[in-house]
Amino acid sequence: MTESTYTCPLGRREVIDAYFLEHRAKLIDIAAWLDRLDRARPESEVIDFRDAAFRQALGILADGEGHRAKRILDLLSDQTTALPQSAQGMKGASGVPQPGWTTGDAS
Amino acid sequence: MKYIDPHIHMVSRSTDDYERMAQAGCVAITEPAFWAGYDRSSAQGFFDYFRQLTEYEPKRAAIYGIRHFTWLCINPKEADDPGFAREVIALIPEFLTRPNVLGIGEIGLNKNTKNELIILEEQIELAEKHNQMVLVHTPHLEDKLKGTRLIMDAITASSIEPGRVLIDHVEEHTVQEVLDRGFWSGMTLYPDTKCTPQRAADIIEMYGTDRIWMNSAGDWGHSDPLAVPKARLELARRGHPDSTIDKVTLHNPQTFLGQSDRFRIDSAMSE
Repeated sequence: MTESTYTCPLGRREVIDAYFLEHRAKLIDIAAWLDRLDRARPESEVIDFRDAAFRQALGILADGEGHRAKRILDLLSDQTTALPQSAQGMKGASGVPQPGWTTGDAS
Repeated sequence: MKYIDPHIHMVSRSTDDYERMAQAGCVAITEPAFWAGYDRSSAQGFFDYFRQLTEYEPKRAAIYGIRHFTWLCINPKEADDPGFAREVIALIPEFLTRPNVLGIGEIGLNKNTKNELIILEEQIELAEKHNQMVLVHTPHLEDKLKGTRLIMDAITASSIEPGRVLIDHVEEHTVQEVLDRGFWSGMTLYPDTKCTPQRAADIIEMYGTDRIWMNSAGDWGHSDPLAVPKARLELARRGHPDSTIDKVTLHNPQTFLGQSDRFRIDSAMSE
């Protein structure tokens, strides 16, 4: 139990009634995306850093602990402290820390 | 039903959006200076943009009974070239006396670089010097957690009171730390990144209603200028009382923004 326990005014059955079908669809979207990855020819032996992080995040969904959204966001966050001098030519984000980005070793 | 959208980029939206927002109950918006989707080729491009934000856009909003306020800065995505950024910063003081300017924003970081941090610190100094409130952009996706901490450290090193700073685009992994350090927090409702209306309602349920607001940050990308009324609907659907819904979408923005003498909305419109 945490300080945020039972702060949703709805009962659990009401939450399921309201949101189940929407999240059932999202769950199947994830399953279909993983199937699509299986059908795609790998370009190398190396597992893409985003794919690896995604599968690690799936473990958090099923571990039975709370604050899943926060823990997944933490997992997908850059936890380094180094600062590159410049980001010239690179404005976007990839959703997962790119290995070597802060040290200038990103591929 | 009345609400304020305290962060939306109306220069990128059509007049039809103003009309739909007014129909949905929007009484005021604040529009921070931001990245246009491409880098401007000269500081003069920003001069014209600041004129658009302070002269033209308030008139366009007024047609639909919406009060328009703005924040001025060079945004983090164009702040990686310190020389260029300083040319833009030098233009800002002459606009700070315009009647719809609330402060400096949205300043912050994008890729958490040393160059961006130098310009962030110089814009914090600008806010200090002119006694301005600050609206902060936090980085996207994997850069958000680190960037939010760097930004809060930079502001804490200044004399600006945290209560006069809103840290925007918070999510589940940053909101608690922002609130714990005394800042205001903003949730941005985006279809793909940042928060959905459902997650914003979840965050309200987990972290409470003090010093927090929500905004659409509608711009030229995939975004929804009606995201705030949709979040109101989400809260109502769950059974939250009107007092809670009004607090996070109307009264909290009024309280924070009201720290500026320039932020005034007709009291009848805000009831």
